[in-house]
Amino acid sequence: MILVYVDEPSELTQQALAFAGGLGGPLHAFAAGVAVPVEGVETLYVAEGDAFASYAPAAIAQAIVELVERLSPAAVVAAGTERGNEVLAHVAAKLDLPFSANCVAATAGDPFLVTRVRWGGSLLEEAHLHGPVKLLTVQPHVVAAEERTGKPAIAAFTPVLSDPDRLVRVAERVAAAAGGVSLADAKVVVSCGRGAGSPEGFGIIEELAGLLGGAVGCSRAVTMAGWRPHTDQVGQTGTKIAPDIYVACGISGATQHMAGCKGAKAILAVNTDPEAPILASADYAVIGDLHEVVPAISAEIRKAQAQKAGRG
Amino acid sequence: MRALVCVKRVPMTGGTIILTEDAQAIETLHLGFTISPHEECGVEEAVRLIEANGGESVVLTLGPPEAVEQLRDAMALGIDRAVHLVSDGEEWDAQATAGAIVEAIRADEAANGPFDLVFFGNESADAGNYQVGIRVAYALGLPVVTGLKGVAIDGGGVRCEQEVSGGRDVYVLSLPAVVTVLEGLNLPRYPSVPAKLRAQRKPVESSSPTRPSSKLEKVRLVVPEGQGKEAVILGHGPEAAPAVVEMLRQIGVAQ
Repeated sequence: MILVYVDEPSELTQQALAFAGGLGGPLHAFAAGVAVPVEGVETLYVAEGDAFASYAPAAIAQAIVELVERLSPAAVVAAGTERGNEVLAHVAAKLDLPFSANCVAATAGDPFLVTRVRWGGSLLEEAHLHGPVKLLTVQPHVVAAEERTGKPAIAAFTPVLSDPDRLVRVAERVAAAAGGVSLADAKVVVSCGRGAGSPEGFGIIEELAGLLGGAVGCSRAVTMAGWRPHTDQVGQTGTKIAPDIYVACGISGATQHMAGCKGAKAILAVNTDPEAPILASADYAVIGDLHEVVPAISAEIRKAQAQKAGRG
Repeated sequence: MRALVCVKRVPMTGGTIILTEDAQAIETLHLGFTISPHEECGVEEAVRLIEANGGESVVLTLGPPEAVEQLRDAMALGIDRAVHLVSDGEEWDAQATAGAIVEAIRADEAANGPFDLVFFGNESADAGNYQVGIRVAYALGLPVVTGLKGVAIDGGGVRCEQEVSGGRDVYVLSLPAVVTVLEGLNLPRYPSVPAKLRAQRKPVESSSPTRPSSKLEKVRLVVPEGQGKEAVILGHGPEAAPAVVEMLRQIGVAQ
């Protein structure tokens, strides 16, 4: 059997279930605190107790350890989210087993042959995953979710927890201040690298983003220079974006950056260098100086808006 | 107060990754190296912590002989001294890495007293295993919080903040503790020339642990197929603007 940790009824959970289904053997699921709605698994094990009132990674991991000891699954699988990776790393530490994070493929056996991402997806690693129980998470948006039907049997249990398991838990949720368009959710992102020349150089980027109702992004070099806040950074160590169009101005296309914009439906690169690596990932390109091209695009949009207003 | 920060030497990959012939590693002949980005913020945070509270900061790495460069970089930012676990040049899996770090922490604590806070990056830029800090915390019997964008000492405890969808999740722990941090926690300072010179004279303690066999055993690395796109050139210079706006209209983001 395969045990899947489901933390919320999300698309990524459905992807993890589809991945786990491909490993063979009956699927069972585990949820902490509440019976997360999930279909197409035989049993949903639900850990109960006040320790699960808010997110508590060590307590959740201990509940999984208890199930592993009781059920001896061939593998424990979770979505490769921050929390999926965290909980499975706790399980791995508790059981002293290897753990393969962010897999894109796995073939069951002993060992499992897994393919996992490195460098935020710019490189893949094929590896043998050893151990009596294989622990792995599923890289988001690589495996398609499948239609699953059939209500599972619910098996509630109260795991035995130690004091250290209860120690680390979310004590408080501070709501974010309402602001403009968030980078992660924006339909349009207009982004610039060091080529902006200065913090003020982002004026033309902000203008174009504003005209398109989008958000401003930037490269890591820009945030390290202190020109823009880290919340604007697109990349492996910044925000992962998924807009309808990503307008990347003066951005060469380093792997660190591209790991953050793989989810864009289309990429328009504005670059003086027709050989820049980003052109191999872009759908459209304008070869030219961003300081001339970007204001020209803004002017063209204004002109079109004025014509429309004139007609209206 | 004593703070430890664990860092990893990683190559600066640029635009294209090229592998060695045996597909076991990235060809780094023409690449520079850096401290993995999240950990750079861990270094800065450890330095600020000791500047504010007094005490000693230590940087630790498991890496090849050349990784001493990254230890010097950390000391140029203000870390007091370094511990270098010199590796054989082979890659260590996460379990083996954590094991060696635990041994080194125990040895340092036996000689110099316990660390109050141990910093890790949330995940390394290259291997991205998401687990070394957690494994070390368990072995040392310490609480661990991961993925932090805020770390504030508050009396005998530490207030930790994670960015989550819709806000920030707050954890409050007593010390000692292990924390894993993310880039954006702070903006690391640029080292001054005198600080770089001072870093050359700060102590580095070296030892060469033996690498155990890997339980997550690398078979080979593979560069994923490129998206194979050939970008449509919409034009050159500002004259391309009408073609750009037409394209934006077609995909439905401009009127």
